[in-house]
Amino acid sequence: MSPALPITRALREAGLAGLVAAGLAFPILVLGTEMNQSNRLVLEQRWSWMAIAAGLVFVGRFLVLMFARTPKRAAPQIGGLVLSPVLSRIGVIALFLFPLVMLFWLGPQGSLKWINNYGVQILIYVMLGWGLNIVVGLAGLLDLGYVAFYAVGAYTYALLSTHFGLSFWICLPLAGLMAASWGAMLGFPVLRLRGDYLAIVTLAFGEIVSAVLTNWTDFSNGKAGIMSIPRITFFGLPFTASENGFAATFGLEFQAIHRTMFLFYLILALALITHVVTLRLRALPVGRAWEALREDEIACRSLGINTVNTKLTAFALGAMFAGFAGSFFAVRQGFVNPDSFTFMESATILAIVVLGGMGSQMGVALAAVVMVGGTELLRELTFLKEVFGSSFDPSLYRMLLFGLAMVVMMIWRPRGLISSREPSVFLAQKKNVSGTHVQEGHG
Amino acid sequence: MTARALSAPLLSIEHLTMRFGGLTAVNDVSFNVGRGDITALIGPNGAGKTTLFNCITGFYKPAQGRLALAREGVAHAQDVEALTRSGRRHSDGLYLLERMPDFEIARDAHVARTFQNIRLFSGMTVLENLIVAQHNNLMRASGLSLLGLIGWPRFRDAENAAIEKACFWLDKIGITNRADDPAGALPYGAQRRLEIARAMCTDPVLLCLDEPAAGLNPRESAELNDLLLSIRTEQGTSILLIEHDMSVVMKISDHVVVLDYGKLIADGTPEEIRNDPRVIAAYLGVEDTEEAAQVLA
Repeated sequence: MSPALPITRALREAGLAGLVAAGLAFPILVLGTEMNQSNRLVLEQRWSWMAIAAGLVFVGRFLVLMFARTPKRAAPQIGGLVLSPVLSRIGVIALFLFPLVMLFWLGPQGSLKWINNYGVQILIYVMLGWGLNIVVGLAGLLDLGYVAFYAVGAYTYALLSTHFGLSFWICLPLAGLMAASWGAMLGFPVLRLRGDYLAIVTLAFGEIVSAVLTNWTDFSNGKAGIMSIPRITFFGLPFTASENGFAATFGLEFQAIHRTMFLFYLILALALITHVVTLRLRALPVGRAWEALREDEIACRSLGINTVNTKLTAFALGAMFAGFAGSFFAVRQGFVNPDSFTFMESATILAIVVLGGMGSQMGVALAAVVMVGGTELLRELTFLKEVFGSSFDPSLYRMLLFGLAMVVMMIWRPRGLISSREPSVFLAQKKNVSGTHVQEGHG
Repeated sequence: MTARALSAPLLSIEHLTMRFGGLTAVNDVSFNVGRGDITALIGPNGAGKTTLFNCITGFYKPAQGRLALAREGVAHAQDVEALTRSGRRHSDGLYLLERMPDFEIARDAHVARTFQNIRLFSGMTVLENLIVAQHNNLMRASGLSLLGLIGWPRFRDAENAAIEKACFWLDKIGITNRADDPAGALPYGAQRRLEIARAMCTDPVLLCLDEPAAGLNPRESAELNDLLLSIRTEQGTSILLIEHDMSVVMKISDHVVVLDYGKLIADGTPEEIRNDPRVIAAYLGVEDTEEAAQVLA
């Protein structure tokens, strides 16, 4: 611990911090637009807000410098959370029970929101995160256009079902196959690229797919999107009030929650398949080659590993899971348009993988819960309206909080929530590999 | 050239030239690597030794020259000529390395290498490093990983065999107790030995070592000598090594090749090299043969 600073130095540093706060506050707090009586936007200046912000930061910084005992600069924690297999098993059981518990607790109406907005929404991102984890976390290839494969999957189902009347259960594998071949197609030209260049090309690929979907109206109906996509059926039984519907067949009273519950279990199954396949592949030659590729590509080639094929399989497999998730998205929404597949989505999925700890399955799942669940939770904070006025919408502060979370993570856990790597094979004792030794990949 | 390099060459390098823009890093170099020999490649810094290595292992494509490797037996001149004219990369255990990409040289021609700056998979465990090296065998046994996905029994057996082979090498380099530790956490000397063991797990016929004794203390250096000699006698792997440490070179090598400014200046037994005035001049740049002889002794 360091002794308290002399008061002048503390004042000077606090003053600097206050100045920075004032500078930051100027565009965010001072300038605001309001609608006046004649419906025109007028610029409103709120200098007092800036003064308050700067003052708070000044006082806070001063107090910290004067009185807080700063411990010796702690090294960023790199070992970090290690979840035992028991915990992850409990997690899976909890997920299976979640919709049932919600149903009993809140009833069919009240639980709808929780199962749909929280359960299904989060699980889609868990699955996407696990899919991207193969490409980014295991093979170390930075892919900024992952949402393109999600779009391919969604449009595959949307187009095949509306034009040819194919059922979801036929389209699901087709969507995966389609996305995988697009993954391989993207893979071929970018194999020679590494690091930043690979990131840029994949980013461009994502934009191309979304541009094509927007502008090729004959094919995808452009911005208007594809509507009235057939909804999910219980292996052929529709979730409707009709006589041959799911509810009537099983002698139940028709309720909208049936479909939502089925969607929940479907995406849970898809996500778990992704997880199990990834776990098994990690212990197979191709999975070990992915990780070796992330560690050192040149050494891989010196050992006779065909790095071209290895990268292609990573791209194709990651894309395949995005394709599955995409066709699930289409069947859940019943409507797709290019707005659902923007760069923002790619960034969110990548943020989930990075926050979770690259390569860690559990970390990715946790990060998806925090990122997606957190966004949804913001909508629940209605009491804040009473504090900040009725026009206050907490969900608008989502990106601000994302940014904050990222900065905090960088300081506190630079390698993600779970940064240690589990070895795929061991001789005497399974010891997790600390994140300090693990490479992040360079292309 | 030594007897074995002449009568039973494993790899014959003919007129190899490598240029980077205007710079000729390797200039018309020809020599043979004898089967079962330990061949040392020496020369001052910047002589083109590592460039030559990179040409042999396919990391560079040479501008000119032929690199003919015969996995077994003796390559007859007419066979090599026929293969060269056919435009193919290999036939009947005869490989033209200059035509093959790097990973095929390791996979098909079975030439393994290590690097001057150690390139281990530092975030993977020691055991995993040795198993990744057996990738192609395991890939075949697991049906390109597809059959492995459903727990194919043949893959289980292959994996157990791979672990057994890894254990053999761990024992040989004396780090069995560190098998489950990350490779990046090993001390420097052990990392060097592990890199050699990893290369050996690919079942090479030719092992190319780029400065294996760099940074080792005298005791580790002596252990390395023993390891290399046993690899040669027990595994029957021929070794080509770049080395500055003359205590290693002179003690274990059967055949020494000297490069200077990209040109081959001497080729012979350690005894011949030690007394070659051109080598002495290249190393010291002076005529003071007595002093140079002390260095090379």
